[in-house]
Amino acid sequence: MADSDKIIDEVTQSEYKYGFVSNIEADQVPKGLNEDIIRMISEKKNEPEWLLEYRLEAFHIWQQMEEPDWAHVKYPKIDFQDIVYFSAPKKKKYNSLDEVDPEMLETFNKLGISLEEQKKLTGVAVDAVMDSVSVKTTFQETLQEKGIIFCSFSEAVQNHPELVKKYLGSVVPKGDNYFAALNSAVFTDGSFCYIPEGVTTPVELSTYFRINAANTGQFERTLIIGDENSYVSYLEGCTAPIRDENQLHAAVVEIVALKDAEVKYSTVQNWYPGDKNGKGGIYNFVTKRGLAKGSNSKISWTQVETGSAVTWKYPSCVLMGDNSQGEFYSVAVTNNHQQADTGTKMIHIGRNTKSTVISKGISSGYSNNSYRGLVKMTPKAANARNFSQCDSLLLGDKCGAHTFPYIHTDNKSSIVEHEATTSKISEEQLFYLQQRGIDEENAISLIVNGYAKEVLNKLPMEFAVEAQKLLSISLEGSVG
Amino acid sequence: MLTIKGLKVSIDDKQIIKGFDLEVKEGEIHAIMGPNGTGKSTLAEVIAGKEDFKVEEGEIYFDGKNLLEMDVEERAREGLFLGFQYPVAIPGVSMTNFMRTSVNEIRKHKGLDPLPANKFMALMAEKKKLIGIDDKMTKRSVNQGFSGGEKKKNEIFQMAMLDPRLSILDETDSGLDIDALKVVAHGVNKLRRKDNATVLITHYQRLLDYIVPDKVHVMYDGRIVRSGDKELAKELESKGYEWLRKESATS
Repeated sequence: MADSDKIIDEVTQSEYKYGFVSNIEADQVPKGLNEDIIRMISEKKNEPEWLLEYRLEAFHIWQQMEEPDWAHVKYPKIDFQDIVYFSAPKKKKYNSLDEVDPEMLETFNKLGISLEEQKKLTGVAVDAVMDSVSVKTTFQETLQEKGIIFCSFSEAVQNHPELVKKYLGSVVPKGDNYFAALNSAVFTDGSFCYIPEGVTTPVELSTYFRINAANTGQFERTLIIGDENSYVSYLEGCTAPIRDENQLHAAVVEIVALKDAEVKYSTVQNWYPGDKNGKGGIYNFVTKRGLAKGSNSKISWTQVETGSAVTWKYPSCVLMGDNSQGEFYSVAVTNNHQQADTGTKMIHIGRNTKSTVISKGISSGYSNNSYRGLVKMTPKAANARNFSQCDSLLLGDKCGAHTFPYIHTDNKSSIVEHEATTSKISEEQLFYLQQRGIDEENAISLIVNGYAKEVLNKLPMEFAVEAQKLLSISLEGSVG
Repeated sequence: MLTIKGLKVSIDDKQIIKGFDLEVKEGEIHAIMGPNGTGKSTLAEVIAGKEDFKVEEGEIYFDGKNLLEMDVEERAREGLFLGFQYPVAIPGVSMTNFMRTSVNEIRKHKGLDPLPANKFMALMAEKKKLIGIDDKMTKRSVNQGFSGGEKKKNEIFQMAMLDPRLSILDETDSGLDIDALKVVAHGVNKLRRKDNATVLITHYQRLLDYIVPDKVHVMYDGRIVRSGDKELAKELESKGYEWLRKESATS
């Protein structure tokens, strides 16, 4: 027992490593949310009239909606008038890296993101979003040769309005839910990605999001379209400075996969989780959804969630095309006073559709970690199959793990399987590893990484290493 | 190498070890025998540093160092190895990853650099051959889905990998068929050197048909009631533990 007490005590001392603040001058709109603010954002971004209309409609829908309270999380009411909805690093257009604020480059260097050509070596194209504006998209030319469009959302609005107009809101409608409606009204920037027919991306596409300015919300919008028979692997990483007050992050990610296309979306989410007493941290209220529109298309979500004070996130797949597939692989770690309510929705519409859900929750400290998942088999989804496995691992005895599976089946030929386990790191496992010369902290790290291996293996190599480190850091300090 | 004097250990206020003395020298193999529930496994775990127990009295010195002041992993890094009676499974952690971590932690303690991947793999191959286990076992997760025999062989394999000064094998022979028992005995004999030592904790005499101990101790009710050479084990086998009970009662 002494060991687990130690773990609880010491684990709570781990610190967030990305908590620095950069001194970058920001161009902000005033605090608060109303039609004028939305018009101001739209104007600053030089948007076409239809997009302003889209935002205003979303705003009106949002005004009629109520903040949801069904998730297994608790947080004080958010004052939406106390948030800055647009904040951009001041110097606006960057034609080359030389023009980028050195402080900002330093920020990205600290995060281990080199915007420079070194990235070529690792084969990752990066779009970096600081506060609300996309700073730099690397690797443009290589991608252009193949006809791949990978740019900031704002650029896409200017240069590819027809694609944006066609697909924006086609997977997550304006009024889908409270936070998606808010995002649709005030989204600032994000990434846009279009893979043409028959093209496989030669590199992994990657976006880094960072909230820097105080009292700022980040509302990014990501839209990924895989045209017929294309393949893309897309990575997303997130960090934020340490601040005492909570900051809101309400993003929307939409994915469309056409016939025979495959989109693989991987996230390592490491927003500031708050301090060990639960002060500060990011509220991460995100809507992520993929539409497997064409037959034989496939959408795969892999997420490693270690950050945020409160997480509310259900990357989902709508399996519309016959034989389409959806996957969800998740590791969610909560420590101290973090709360996570995360999971997925697999909506089977097409025939012979197949989905796989592997969720690994790890709770420590005083945290609460919930899996919430919906599997829905519609009447047309003949011979559809789902397999779900939800495992929870507890460290210490003051944290909680919860599983909320929802299964709706409207046809007789579909098969749904659900498995769930809850376990603790046992004294025996720790003693065994320690007897082989491995200290308690490394022993926990080994056990946790082993537990999450099935999911970590789904990440691209470079990300997997980062994710493993992150898991260890998140649970660091387990030894005195 | 190992000196235990006047050791008294309790768990939940119940005394399990009631005044235990032992002296193990370099190059020796000792066997500690005795009926179930007599404190043999507790002794092994106390030496290894498990925290569930309260050491009331006595001392344990290992190579001149006071073991009772050291953490579990420190004892291990100093060259103390415990072969577990019930090795626990660690899902998702490959034997290779586990052993690499372990070997390198011990090297770090000795001031050595981590073993490069190719040398580590060569070491694995060498020890697998020595113990006579196949690649399939080392590719799996630690003890995950291993049969009883495989688990015990795996303990001996780890012993070979870590090359400890002192190995305490807790009931390594229990539950083994004769072939597995031979593999385990063969491993222990192969690893025997002038500068290391082994303590075998066992219930049965049959392991001692394959490993010849220098000393045999009979443990009963938390203390050693008799010590001798290998002949003592045979005497015990023929007379049974009932004989001890009478001895213990009259002494």
